[in-house]
Amino acid sequence: MFSFHGITSSVQTWLNNTFNPTITVMIESVIVILLAIALFAALGLVLVIMERRVAAFMQIRLGPNRVGPWGLLQSTADTLKLIMKEGLTPDGADKFLFNLAPFIVMIVAMLILAPIGFAKDFQIWDINIGVLYLSAISSISVIGILMAGWASNNKYSLMGAMRSGAQIVSYELSAGLSVLSIVVLTGSLKLSDIVASQENGWWIFKGHIPAIIAFVIFIIAATAETNRAPFDLAEAESELTAGFHTEYSGMKFALFFLAEYINIFIVCAIGATLFFGGWMPFHVGSWEGFNHIMDYIPSSVWFFGKTFFLIFVIMWFRWTFPRLRIDQLLNLEWKYLLPISMFNLLLMTIIAIMGWHF
Amino acid sequence: MFLKDYIKDVYGAVKSLLTGMRLTGYYFTHPKEIITQQYPDNRDTLKMAERFRGEVVMLHDENNEHACTGCSACELACPNGTIKIINKFDITPEGKKKKAIDTFVYHLELCTMCNLCVMACPTDAIKMAQTFEHSVFDRNKLTKKLNHDGSKLREGVE
Repeated sequence: MFSFHGITSSVQTWLNNTFNPTITVMIESVIVILLAIALFAALGLVLVIMERRVAAFMQIRLGPNRVGPWGLLQSTADTLKLIMKEGLTPDGADKFLFNLAPFIVMIVAMLILAPIGFAKDFQIWDINIGVLYLSAISSISVIGILMAGWASNNKYSLMGAMRSGAQIVSYELSAGLSVLSIVVLTGSLKLSDIVASQENGWWIFKGHIPAIIAFVIFIIAATAETNRAPFDLAEAESELTAGFHTEYSGMKFALFFLAEYINIFIVCAIGATLFFGGWMPFHVGSWEGFNHIMDYIPSSVWFFGKTFFLIFVIMWFRWTFPRLRIDQLLNLEWKYLLPISMFNLLLMTIIAIMGWHF
Repeated sequence: MFLKDYIKDVYGAVKSLLTGMRLTGYYFTHPKEIITQQYPDNRDTLKMAERFRGEVVMLHDENNEHACTGCSACELACPNGTIKIINKFDITPEGKKKKAIDTFVYHLELCTMCNLCVMACPTDAIKMAQTFEHSVFDRNKLTKKLNHDGSKLREGVE
């Protein structure tokens, strides 16, 4: 049966037998970097075309269907166009920060990739404070956005960046609390332990109603943290032209655009890991035959299936809901999501202490 | 009391959001609802809406006869000078002079498809056609003569 673990371990034994340990680690790092970049490029292309087609179908349109079979090469053609365009730096901009900002946003997106388990025993860095690492790193991206908005020397960019800052800082709270409720159940911050604890059922089923509430709050906060509609105030087209990336063009704009989609993928991957069992197949209690059939589907397929399902849900939000006003946005967070998630965390703790979950 | 309103708010919000998501979900899962026309491909089967107004045409029957008396009501009704009617005088067998239309000039490039000429016409001689592929390389081609060569007024239309 196909598995990533087999490939990685055979590559490692071959490298260990051929080179000395230092060079092995260096070569492995290079391989990991290349794989991460390749994954980013592939994800960017796939998610952009997926977004446009999903949006079209939800709005009773067809969407791009001319370039390649079913329009699948549309995003490739767009990327080629963006590569060939000039990356303009405005005259009044702070040149150093302006050019640095897109890379910070991209690097943050790359860093979050580290502790995510893509398949069984296929993880870049199985760190023992995985969940803490994720929530710490993901808040750095707001610095890149603020940097872009400030350095552009443009009122729309600055307003978009400030809104984005307010939004990410507030929604991080409820995202953190809903993640904590799963940590309470698992008793570990390590992502591989969290996945392993869901072997006999995913937390969203095992954790009763509090887990479902935590999931709903998580997906709302994740949508807000990635600056997507209905929380896309940071780049509200009708008010701020394009928000913090108004002044960017060419490949620098493409990096922002790519980082947005990568962030969606990552928050959905975290959601899938915490609530839907990561790469764990769907198991039902004591149905031995059923569980064995589910085991035959490779773990990477499970992981990407769940992640893409969550991405679809977030796209569904985007093309259904109207944009919130800034005061409504902060009301939603501070008056509704935060109290509810605190109460929910309390409930979850009681459940975990009393051992009422399965 | 406050708590009751709070829970009611949350419930109402979730319910209305789910209602919206159900509609978009319905559209997503029912591709037959798609209204996009793939225009150059479906040119042969393209059905235009009945109210669509493409250009003004004059109706001619099989004897090459039209219903335009040359009263120039359409010319007066047109808000931007799209229509120019040039009349001539025919001599009837009885030796009387009778007004008839020589050329019905229609400037498509000036027309806004407002339909006022069609409404003003007392004899229903002109109507809006549903053609829309009007692009030409020479703009003189947009100035059209609507009455066919050798056509004449239908008997009995005054």
